[in-house]
Amino acid sequence: MSALEHLPEIDNGLLRFLTCGSVDDGKSTLIGRLLFDSKTILADTLNAMEKTSARRGMTAVDLSLLTDGLQAEREQGITIDVAYRYFSTGTRKYIIADAPGHEQYTRNMVTAASTANLAIILVDARKGMLNQTRRHSTLAHLLGIPHLLVAINKMDLVDYDQATYENIKAEYLKFAHKMGLKDVRFIPLSALSGDMVVERGERMPWYEGPTLINILETAPAAHTERPEAFRFPVQFVCRPQDSANPELHDYRGFMGRVESGEIAVGDAVTVLPNGLSSRVKAIEIGGQKIERAIHEQSVTLLLDDEIDTSRGDMIVKSAEAPEAVKQIDANVCWMSETPMSPARTYLIRHTSREVKAKIAKIDYRLDINTMEHEPVDTLAMNDIARLTLKLAQPIFADPYRSNRATGAFIIIDESTNNTVGAGMIV
Amino acid sequence: MTTLTQQTLSHLDWLEAEAIHIMREVAGQCSSPVLLFSGGKDSVCMLRIAEKAFRPGRFPFPLMHIDTGHNYPEVIAFRDKRAAELGERLIVRSLEDSMARGSIVLKHEHESRNKHQSVTLLEAIEEFGFDACIGGARRDEEKARAKERIMSFRDEFGQWDPKNQRPELWNLYNARSHKGENIRAFPISNWTELDVWQYIQREQLELPSIYFAHTRPVVRKGDLLMPVTDLTPAKPGDTIEEVMVRFRTVGDVSCTAPVASDADTVDKILAETATTTITERGATRMDDQTSEASMEQRKKEGYF
Repeated sequence: MSALEHLPEIDNGLLRFLTCGSVDDGKSTLIGRLLFDSKTILADTLNAMEKTSARRGMTAVDLSLLTDGLQAEREQGITIDVAYRYFSTGTRKYIIADAPGHEQYTRNMVTAASTANLAIILVDARKGMLNQTRRHSTLAHLLGIPHLLVAINKMDLVDYDQATYENIKAEYLKFAHKMGLKDVRFIPLSALSGDMVVERGERMPWYEGPTLINILETAPAAHTERPEAFRFPVQFVCRPQDSANPELHDYRGFMGRVESGEIAVGDAVTVLPNGLSSRVKAIEIGGQKIERAIHEQSVTLLLDDEIDTSRGDMIVKSAEAPEAVKQIDANVCWMSETPMSPARTYLIRHTSREVKAKIAKIDYRLDINTMEHEPVDTLAMNDIARLTLKLAQPIFADPYRSNRATGAFIIIDESTNNTVGAGMIV
Repeated sequence: MTTLTQQTLSHLDWLEAEAIHIMREVAGQCSSPVLLFSGGKDSVCMLRIAEKAFRPGRFPFPLMHIDTGHNYPEVIAFRDKRAAELGERLIVRSLEDSMARGSIVLKHEHESRNKHQSVTLLEAIEEFGFDACIGGARRDEEKARAKERIMSFRDEFGQWDPKNQRPELWNLYNARSHKGENIRAFPISNWTELDVWQYIQREQLELPSIYFAHTRPVVRKGDLLMPVTDLTPAKPGDTIEEVMVRFRTVGDVSCTAPVASDADTVDKILAETATTTITERGATRMDDQTSEASMEQRKKEGYF
């Protein structure tokens, strides 16, 4: 591959995806394979891996060593935390969120899933669907990952047998139907030998679908293909009154990121919570004017009218304002070793807004293996539950299903400032 | 999957937008942030991002450099020039002052000063009451960094506890800290070395001259090319060669080695970066080669 071919000339954006599974499913081997075949692993890293593999008495290079970042992980041969990996193909850049697969690491998978737009769910062809497969799929679905790819791995250990693949696929489809999972695809592969990862190989002629890398290259990079309502949480207000340039004395720029939808100069907007309306006078990036801004773009908005606005406010299109709510129902994943204390007041960060919150009710805890609802009085680490929360101030929210940015929040314990929970508004 | 696609940003635009968002979160959440600026290529990108985030206003934070006293003069000159062009305040705190105070004691005169930067940094944080330091570290640089949060919490001693990091979800960052504690924020966490060079090319960013190919006296030590300078003179018996080199990372003279290269433009560097077979720090940083966990250890002690 020449240097120029390796540079993304046709820029097909950036895809964030998640790999779910454990070392036993060959997850680390798959990531190693993707990095290796896309030439992301460089010689000195490979050298270090060879040395470590030899020291641990292995005969071949253990590709899973790539994902061991911390000393404790290397010592114990386990993965503790979410790691982020990067590679690119000719057209696209990828960020892999790699989360450990064990049950006690639900919070890590939730973390990794929160930014992913595609999840690869690894299934060992010899074992078929396991509780873990259901758990990973449930969490991916709960976190609103729009595209699921079930990778039936270790096909080399079942003689690349089509019937094995078809059986697992049929079983998964039954489960997917029950769960309401819509966009699910399947691929047979061998991460170890590389079949259907980047190269097709010659041992599965019966599979006519695209390779893993083809799927990744063509999957929609955006979180949704539906048009979404415009949501612009104000992060920072720029008022350069003391500038030497007198033209800037009345400048009042609202800085933030277009969390969803798009906006153009001249659009009618409403500022929440005060509810005052105006029109977009200008859109800027670093003082340079642009005509319109799209989803995920960080810009500065200037309005026709002088409206008192500060961090935590939200600018929306007047015709599609979200609801201001002081009570929310949400699915919450508890992330702290300290259990939830239902009597306490917590802090919630929702977009750029922070409000105090009390737990009004724990409706139930969800058993993510059986999907059963259980009554509980408190939440422990890795629990997922349906809660009702009362807020001291309103937030401008959409259901998580229809808007990931304005449907999500984190829970902060003010005494430690730790992030102790993650919530998705129902 | 449907074929219908919503318009999306190019990968560089996406990375830039994310970095701007992170910088604005620091400015919005923290009362006294500072941006660490060394004159290196990553921090040059950070300044462009800060311009895009906050212009036409001034940056809501000063710039600060922790000077080991062992930096390449070209980089120091560039640092001062760039800060002056931007009209932003530059704070420089020097390891030599910490040494004079007795808070840094070198094992021997020629010990690398790189790891001691943490001490001076922590002293400066205390002096100015900074509650957040914005840095240009990237997750692809080193394996301990791959597990670091974008907003990384440090206790009163500046320590990073990798096993007890705050969960970080969506783009909801938690930069809260109590007095004396500190947040390290890394807006370009998700960038790779290649992204940095592509951004430098696109934005036509100026860099210190030592990033580009030049002839320099070096001594070969294994795979590394050791620059011959006043601080790192050749030892008796060394063979000094004049080699065409460039620096891939720029740090303390005593621990940063150049690579052989004739890439004298950003385009040529991009082509080399895309096809290189050695990682950025692997080729150039002696401080990362002491053990598999040397970066992790330094970070636990308060390093960037």
